[in-house]
This record gives sequence, C-alpha cells and structure tokens, in this order.
Amino acid sequence: MLKKKKKDAPEINGGAMADIAFLLLIFFLVATTIASDKGVTVMLPPKAEDVDVKVKTRNVFNILVNSNDDMLAQEEMVDLPKLRTMVKEFVLNNGKDKNQSESPAKAIISLKTDRGTSYEMYIGVIDELKLAYAEMRAMYLKMPLEDFQNLDKDNPDQKEKIDKARKAIPYKVSDAEPSEIK
Amino acid sequence: MATFKKKTKTKQDIPTSALPDIIFMLLFFFMIATTFRESELLVKNSLPQASELTKLEKKSLVSYIYIGEPSDTRKYGTEARIQVNDVLIDPEQIVQHVIQEKDKLGEDSEKITMSLKIDREAKMGIISDVRQKLREANALKVNYAANKKLRNF
Repeated sequence: MLKKKKKDAPEINGGAMADIAFLLLIFFLVATTIASDKGVTVMLPPKAEDVDVKVKTRNVFNILVNSNDDMLAQEEMVDLPKLRTMVKEFVLNNGKDKNQSESPAKAIISLKTDRGTSYEMYIGVIDELKLAYAEMRAMYLKMPLEDFQNLDKDNPDQKEKIDKARKAIPYKVSDAEPSEIK
Repeated sequence: MATFKKKTKTKQDIPTSALPDIIFMLLFFFMIATTFRESELLVKNSLPQASELTKLEKKSLVSYIYIGEPSDTRKYGTEARIQVNDVLIDPEQIVQHVIQEKDKLGEDSEKITMSLKIDREAKMGIISDVRQKLREANALKVNYAANKKLRNF
C-alpha cells in the first residue's frame, strides 16, 4: 500500500502583495482630486414680470461696481472690508439714522455690476455681504461667528436657531442685471 | 574580575507582515475618495476664493456649467465661452441643456442645483447672460464654485 504523504497546503508567496498594493495606491494617489464641491450658494429670483415693489429709498443700500472693479457704496468709494462695516451699520440701524434702514427685515442691498466687472470682484462682494450677514446673525444669537458657522442644519435645535436668526435678519440682496455704469 | 558581557536580546528587525494591510487600507481610502473628471475641460478654470462657502449636498442633483476663456485660443478665440459636458455652447442653448438635465432627474427635477465653475478672470457680462437663461429655465438654485479663503480678523 502506498501511503500518500499528506502535503502541506500550497502557499502563495505573499511577499509581492505589498508591492502590488503600493502600485495601485500610487495610481489612485495620482488620479485623485478629492472633490471639493464648495461654493457660494445663491437663489436667483424667479422669472416673472418685474413687479415694481415700492421700497423706501432709505431702506436700500446701493452698491455699484464698474468695469474697472471700483466699488461705490451709497455714493462713496469703498473697499471690501469697509463695505462690510457699512452694510452692518446700515442693516442694524433700526431707524436711528434717517438715511439708513428702518429695520433689518426691511433693509435691502442692491448690487449692480457692469458687464465688464470681473467675476472675482463680484464673488468678492457677494462673499463680503454673506459674511456681513453671518456676523450680524451671530451677533443676534449672541454667539461668536465661528460657533454660528458651525451650527448644524440637521440638528433640530440648532436649525431652529438658524431659522430664528434668518427670520430676524433676512438676507435680501437684489442682484440687478448688469448694465452700463459710467 | 569577571567582565559581564551584555547580550542585547532585542530583535533588530521591524515586523513588516502588517505592511500590506496598511497599504491596502490607504488604497481603499483613495479608491473611494477618487472621482474621475467626467468631462475634459475646454476652458480655463481657476476658481476664485471666498470664505462663506456651502457644501453641495447631493451630488446627483448637481449639474455643472463651466465658463472661461477657451484653452485652445487658436480654435475658439479668446472670448469667454460656456462649457457643459464636453462641448462649448452659446448662452441660448443653456435652457435646453437645463431641461435635459432636469429630465434626467425625474421627479427631483425642481431640486436641481446648478454649479457654476467660472474662471476668476471671466467678466460679468457672460455670467449674467447665463443667469438670465437659468432663470428662464427655472433652475434657481445656483452655486458659484469657489475655493476656501482664510480670513484673519
């Protein structure tokens, strides 16, 4: 009787495994662009017949940007940080100054750009306005700006806070169609 | 006197048997994190910077529009152009494009978000044309793609 010797289970040489994995790893490292789909979200006004809403002039904060990227806010040449302080003053006026807004809910920012205005400038202005409103809302909720920005929309408690701030200080920016600005 | 010879008993080699596992773990991470660019860019696209960014939530509801100066200026000229998918289009064709994209989404079509990836050197003229068309097509949620800017207060 021949006794078959039991052979050990055949082993696969795993030494090269790391190399193969490395190769794949390097490929994916190179191919990866970690998607960072972030941006400034805005809602466009719906396409409707332009209804002339009567707004008191004191409630409108005018911003004009010409094709040289010069900015005029309330007929004054300003730069971006100055714009933010002006907007905050304007919105939080609460009727004190006769030339500024009556209440945050009534304040409207009107932004007019020229066809030649650069996109970078436009985003800069929009960003500044968003920041101004975020700061005001944070102030309204009496919390630091960072905490406000970290509020989670999916958390009902925190969402309520956000909604409260939004209601008190609504972001009203009228993005007028570009026109020639001289 | 007896001299003591100290024998070091510590092993010198590091065990590397777990190395493939670690590498695999990294590999899987990058495999999952990778998104291949679905369309080749025909226009220049260096995004502007902004600090107040929101993240796009549902990728399936997002449709991209690229605007910028064509990379191949000899073929397409230097004027800023609009790219969707793999082709350059005129502003007039945007409405049609949006309708197609909405059709793809089915019942979620009203939740569509247009992500505008616009070159920082583009001018507002073409952008506002696009915006008017988007209003016409009733795609009102717009996201201007931008990179994170750090502010120091």
